[in-house]
Parts: sequence; structure tokens; C-alpha cells
Amino acid sequence: MTSATSSPHVGTAGSRAAAGRGADSGFALGLPPRPALLSRRAWLALIALIIVFGLGVPFATLVVPETSPLHLSAYAMTITGKFMCYAIAALALDLVWGYCGILSLGHALFFALGGYAIGMYLMRSIGHDGKYGSDLPDFMVFLDWHQLPWYWQGTQHLGYALLLVVLVPAVVAWVFGFFTFRSRVKGVYLSIITQAMTFAAMLLFYRNETGFGGNNGFTDFKRIGGFPITHAGTRTALLLITFAVLILAFIGARAIVTSKLGRVVTAVRDGETRLMFLGYSPLAYKLFVWTVSAVLCGIAGALYVPQVGIINPGEMSPGNSIEMAIWVAVGGRGTLIGPIVGAFAVNGAKSFFTANFPEYWLFFLGLIFVLVPLFLPNGIMGLIDIVTRKRNRS
Amino acid sequence: MAFSFPTFVRPGARRAIAGVALALLALLAGAPLAAFALVPADVAPLAADDFDAKSAAIDKLIANHDKESVAVLKALSEDSALATDAGAVLLQDGDAARDAVTGKTVAAGDAQPVTLNNLLRSKVAGALSGLQLDSPDRATREAATAALLRNPDPAIKPLVDAARAKETDPALKKRLDTLWAMTALHDADPARRLEAVQLVAARHDLDMNELLRPLVAKKPDGSFNEADERIRAAAQSGIDELDAIQRRSQIAGTLFAGLSLGSVLLLAALGLAITYGLIGVINMAHGEFLMIGAYATYVVQNLFQRYAPGAFDWYPLLAVPASFAAAGLVGIVLERLVLKHLYGRPLETLLTTFGISLILIQATRMLFGAQNVQVVNPAWMSGGVTVLPNLILPYNRLAILAFSLIVVGIAWTVLTKTRLGLFVRAVTQNRRMAACVGVKTARVDSYAFAFGAGIAGLGGCALSQIGNVGPDLGQSYIIDSFMAVVLGGVGQLAGTVIGGFGLGLVSKAIEPFWGAVLAKIAVLVLIVLFIQKRPQGMFALKGRSAEA
Repeated sequence: MTSATSSPHVGTAGSRAAAGRGADSGFALGLPPRPALLSRRAWLALIALIIVFGLGVPFATLVVPETSPLHLSAYAMTITGKFMCYAIAALALDLVWGYCGILSLGHALFFALGGYAIGMYLMRSIGHDGKYGSDLPDFMVFLDWHQLPWYWQGTQHLGYALLLVVLVPAVVAWVFGFFTFRSRVKGVYLSIITQAMTFAAMLLFYRNETGFGGNNGFTDFKRIGGFPITHAGTRTALLLITFAVLILAFIGARAIVTSKLGRVVTAVRDGETRLMFLGYSPLAYKLFVWTVSAVLCGIAGALYVPQVGIINPGEMSPGNSIEMAIWVAVGGRGTLIGPIVGAFAVNGAKSFFTANFPEYWLFFLGLIFVLVPLFLPNGIMGLIDIVTRKRNRS
Repeated sequence: MAFSFPTFVRPGARRAIAGVALALLALLAGAPLAAFALVPADVAPLAADDFDAKSAAIDKLIANHDKESVAVLKALSEDSALATDAGAVLLQDGDAARDAVTGKTVAAGDAQPVTLNNLLRSKVAGALSGLQLDSPDRATREAATAALLRNPDPAIKPLVDAARAKETDPALKKRLDTLWAMTALHDADPARRLEAVQLVAARHDLDMNELLRPLVAKKPDGSFNEADERIRAAAQSGIDELDAIQRRSQIAGTLFAGLSLGSVLLLAALGLAITYGLIGVINMAHGEFLMIGAYATYVVQNLFQRYAPGAFDWYPLLAVPASFAAAGLVGIVLERLVLKHLYGRPLETLLTTFGISLILIQATRMLFGAQNVQVVNPAWMSGGVTVLPNLILPYNRLAILAFSLIVVGIAWTVLTKTRLGLFVRAVTQNRRMAACVGVKTARVDSYAFAFGAGIAGLGGCALSQIGNVGPDLGQSYIIDSFMAVVLGGVGQLAGTVIGGFGLGLVSKAIEPFWGAVLAKIAVLVLIVLFIQKRPQGMFALKGRSAEA
């Protein structure tokens, strides 16, 4: 990752400092070359991964008989899908935290908003198969509502729900970001405000009157796009879609951070005041990255809900948001690949602990929170970096 | 009637009253004094099943209130009245039963107890209280009046009339007047009604609304329930006055609730403001210092319960320093072990302190259990002071309000009058310069952090007196206290005080209209809008230290 020491945007041609640091010609703008989207090796590895996963998963779930140890069980599929959704969310958070210096403790809100948007569609597609056999989702019948609230209109169409998955987090993030970034709220202040935002939203969604199922949220889904949701084929498709989105999100995020825009964004992180003195207005850059990140997080939530089968307001608790931050920190922020690794590592550990030593999980999580910033400031990726550098030297 | 038996009257002292009463007794409309004045028709409805008829019969018994009627009423209240199929009412007395009308002892046979509903029961109880109104004992009369004021029944009006005429004690007389007014609201005489309405309105008791409202209401046919316009006007003005009282006490109640919440937020936010201002660290484990303080209070309370139950009322005297010390100790350990290494990396500190809060919560869960623990108020903190008819200020909340102000006073003194305070302020304003002139900034950081944590511990001690004490205690206050700090501006005592109380007042002011949840959201939106105007809070630090 480039350490953006903010070379002037349009440096004077004769600037010796720029020329000294610049390319071989005597006439240079002093901008260090932008890294490629992905290195050759990375491309190859990525394509290999896509082939292995894209062919292996359908094979292991649909072709291999259930008795075989190679068969991918429903549990394993759910957990893989879940982790991949978390990885997308972590990637989104890395985009704002690792590259723009905004530590959001409210990304769980966007995640849950995406989840709720698709959840509305899933609730509607239950149709008459609910407990009460009504047109309305069960919880509305239970609340003695007789018609759908206006914001539920049209959610029976998958396309519209997918649109909401993108639009709702985008609008919420944009409005929130506009007001906070405009008044130059940053650093820990911003973190706290984002946390308060998700906390307030959680309280709102806990209310039955809000119209999203209150405490229980949405569950008991039956089908998606006409396919039964628990069917192995549907699950495999969902898993593959999640995988595809993860890969696309990674490439997209990589494209952003290696672009010129990404360079300004990194400059915002490293010296916002200095960037402003150079004539940039950071607002638009921050808003763009922030909104993209929120949308990505919303998509992750939308992929999460059909695979896990439930969404409730607990998903937006401030604690969840902070856990997302620790995935990024463990993996190594500002690396894009790190958060993906971190999401798998931390959640893998969580599954292991909650199954074997449930009492000690919070201790372990707490210790990760304490020890990683102290001893592994660059996370697992930083560790790998150190190891490879040592090996190269020897 | 009780006072018609001279043996009940203490010689001398009550003779004059008894004389007046006897004279008045003769004036009482048609109250027959002859023995066995009841006729079978009077009690027959009681044996039947019609509750309206029963009610009328009881009214009549009350109007009679002679010895026999009273005996029937007593029997009714004690469930010892029996009804035969023939329509006679028997009064059970041990194994024997006697006829209520004839007084002859008869066999109870297959007689069933007279059934009463709740309405009739309270009517009978009221009547018996009414009969005590002419007891020679002042305390008995007072108790009877109080009972009737709670539950006035127009049927007892004759008894009240009698008692009112002969009462000499001015305080009791005043209460009797009110009681009379409550029973006389539907008197036939408009002048009496007017007087009654005025008396009732003058009570300033919100329950009187129920009595006054029907007077100004309209019947289904459009005419007023109360024909007389003057009475209606008097009733209306009484209602208006009561409404005004209600509004006043509502406003006062909201104000108090806001101040109370504010004082808690203040205690929670104070330490946060100090450490954030000084070190630039947002301590997510700050809420857990509250929890530690509360659990320290719990431990001290248990020690008192076991070893010094006699001095239990004074356990807060020890709990306050204990909670300060416990939280301060944890704070200083934390600072030395972890936070010191993370200065200059505020975002990582945020995560680290969150991790610490997880560890502390889980440790508390394992030490004390996941359930809430019971912290008992000392006796002097339970109860409350009644300020307005429907506004009671609990002593524990008042104590916490005072306590928070004292803590602010102490914090102010420490920050402005002591050497440590001087250093803290110096480091807050300009760390490098302070270090240059010889302030040991690292040590100041430690002490200030411990001090902030200790104040949070005090907050926890206060919280334990008004709410549940559980491992999650800190979590519910942490966001609000952050908001108080954001609102007030960082490193400013005055800002935090205003921020804390302001947040408390605004939340409680919105709550009655929108509910607690929407109030929280509204407050958050207000804060986000507020920092549009004043990004540094209300009381920004002036000078070049503002932006790094």
C-alpha cells in the first residue's frame, strides 16, 4: 500500500523534490506509479480459486452422495456462506477504515438494512403458507394489522427488493455521511456517532409499530425466486452467488483504491487538513467511499439473510458493528485481502469457542481486541509480510 | 346509635357534645327511635337476587340507622347475614341466628348467606364508617372521615349531615365539610349544590375531577346534567383549576425526571470527559467502571448485612469510597498495562477498550453470576417527598441529584485547586509544552485516568440505588454519556454538566409525546444537527489546540 505523502496534485514541472522522487525522465509530475489492479500472480491465484470453488462446491453438494466424507453438508454450506457474507462486510469496512481513516462502528446497520430489504421480499414470498394463511406476513396478522404499510408496497417483486438492498443503505449512508462529513466530524467522534446511529436504529426496529416484526424480525422463509429456500440446489446457488459477489467486491474495491480517486481517499486518511490546503474538498471523496462501503455491506446482509434464514434487530447491535472492526483489524486493515482472512479467522474461532467453551468466547474475543492492536498492528497480513520479508533477506 | 347509650360517653368531657347530639337527633328527619322499627319489607329485597333493589334497601337501612338497621349492616359487612327462602333476613351470631326484624332467635335451617357485589360491599363499609362519624373518640372519627373521603357514597349523606352539625374539632370539621360537599353534589337545593361544588373544587385533589366532570357534561338529549348555570360555571372553574394543577405537576415531574436522568449521565460522562480531553482516548470500557462501582457497593452492602446489620443504614458512607477505589484501581491497572502503549492511536484504543469491556463483563458474570444482584436502599433513602398531589419525588433520586452535584464540586476543586489538576489542565491544553516545563505527562495521564475511572465508580454507586445492578449495567449508559460529552464539548467541566443535564431534560421532555425509543432517536438527530453548527461542542477549547 502506498504511503501517501501527498505529492502535489499538479506539481510545478521544475519542482526538484518531485523530480527527485519521480520517474527516470527529468520532466515528471512526481506521482509514484499507480499499482496494477492485481499482479499477474494474484490474477492466476484468483482464477484458480474461482475454478476450484465454482466447480468443487456444486460437485460436493449435489453429486457426491451424502454418506461420503467429501459431501458438503447443509451446516457446512450455511457456515461458509455466512463467513463469506461477513467477509464482504469486512471488505466494505476496510474500504472506509483502512483507506479513508473512518472507523465506522455502525456498519452492522447497513448490513441489517440490506438483510431487512431482502427479508421483506422473503416474507412476502411465503404467501399463504404462513401460520395464519393470510396475505400479510404472520407478524402483521398477529398485530392485527389489516393492510401492508406503504413501505412494504412492491416488495413481492424480487427485482424491487434487490433495488432496495442497494438504495436503502445508500440513502441512509449518504444522508448521514453528508451531515457528519460536512461538519468535519472525524476520528473517535465519528466512530461514536456511527455507533449511536446503529443503536438508535436497533431500538427503532425493536418496536412492533415500526413494521419489521419487532423482536422476532423475519424468519421462517419458504422460497426465493420461486425456488424452495432449504433445497440443496437453491443453497448451492446462493453460496455461489455469494462467492461471486465476494470476488467482484474484492476486485471492485481494489479498482477503487488503485484509482486516482483512491489515491485522494488515502490522502484523506493520512492528512485531511493538508489535502484541504492543497485545494481538494474531501467531502465528495469521503461520501463516495462511505456510500459504496455501505452498499457493499447491505449486499452482504442481503446475501446473509436467505442463507441463515433469520434477520432480527439484534443484528444491528453496536457490539456486532465493533466485531466487524475487529475482523478487519485481525486480518490487517488497508489490505483488502486481510479483512477477508480476518472475517474467516475470527468467526472460525467464534464457532469453535461457542461450540466447545462458550463461557470463554468473550474472554477470547476481548483478548483479540486487546492484543491485536498492541502486538499485531497490521494484523495477519502484517505478520505474513514480516515473515516473507525475513525469508527473502535470508 | 352509639351515642344514645350513655355508657359510651366519657363523663364530663363529652357531655356537652352528647347533649347537642341528642337534641339534633330529634331533628333528624323521621329517624325512628322505637325498638324493632324495621318492617319485613325493608329487608326482604336483601334476600332476593336483584342488586338494584338490594342497593335501595341498604340505602334505606342507612337512612334509618337505628339499632336494628345498624345490626343488619354490620351483619352484611361481616358476611353473617342469611336469607331464607321466605324472604326473611337472619343475623347469624355464633351458632344461633335471630330474625333481623323481630329479633327472635330462630333456626338457621337452609338459609343462605346474603350475596353482595363489590359495589354494595363498599356501600356497606361506607355506611359503617359513616356510623363511626359520631364516635366519641376523635381518632375513630378521623379514621372514619378519611375512609369516607376516599370513597364517598351519597347514601351516607344523612350521617354526614348529622356529624357535620355536631363536630367541634376545626380540622375534622373542615374535612367533614368536604365530605359533605362530595355527598351533596346532587342535593335538591341549588344553593347547597353550589356550596358543595365550591367546596369540592377547593380541595385541589385530582380525584375530584371525576365528581365534577359529570356536572358539566350533557345528557344524551342535549340538556345539561346540571340545570343551574352558576353551579356549572363553578364546576367548570374547578375543573380548569385541577387541570392547571395537573399540568403543573406534569411539567414539574418531567423536569425532575430529566434532572434525575441528567445527574446519572453527568456522573457517567464526567470521567469520560476528563480522560478524553486529556489523552484523546474514548474509553469504551468506561461503562464497566460504572458497573464495577455498583458491584463494589453491592459487596459493601453484603458485608454490612453480615457483620454490622445495626449500622446498615450507613453503608453508603463506606460504599462511596469503596466504589471510587475499586474503579480507580482497575482504571490505573488498565492504563499502565494497555492504554499507555496505544497513545496516539485513538481508533485502535477504541477497539482495545471495547475488548476490555467484554472481558470485564464476562469476568463479572463468572464472579457474581449473570443475574442482576439486589442492592437495597438504606431506610433513609426509601420513600419520597410529596410536592404536589400527584408528584412524589423519591428520596433516592434526590440523594443522587445532590450527590452528583457534590461530585462535580469535588472534580472542579481537584481540577482547579490542586497541583494534579493544574498538571491535568496543562497537559490537556498542550502536552508537549507541559512536558517541556517538567510535567511528568505519563504519570499525569495515569492519575487522571484513575480519577476519571473513580468518578465513574461513584456513578455506579449512585446507579445501584435507583436501578438494577447487573453485568450489563454499563452498556446501557455508555452511548448516552458519550452523547453528553459530545454535546458539552471535550475537556470542559461546565460543558459536561450542561451536556448531561441538557440531554437528560431533552430526552424526558420528548418522551411523553413520542415514547422512549423515538425520544432517543430524536435526541441523536438533534445532536448530529447540533454539531453541524458547533463541531467542537457547546464549550469548545479556545486557541490552537483545537485541531491537530
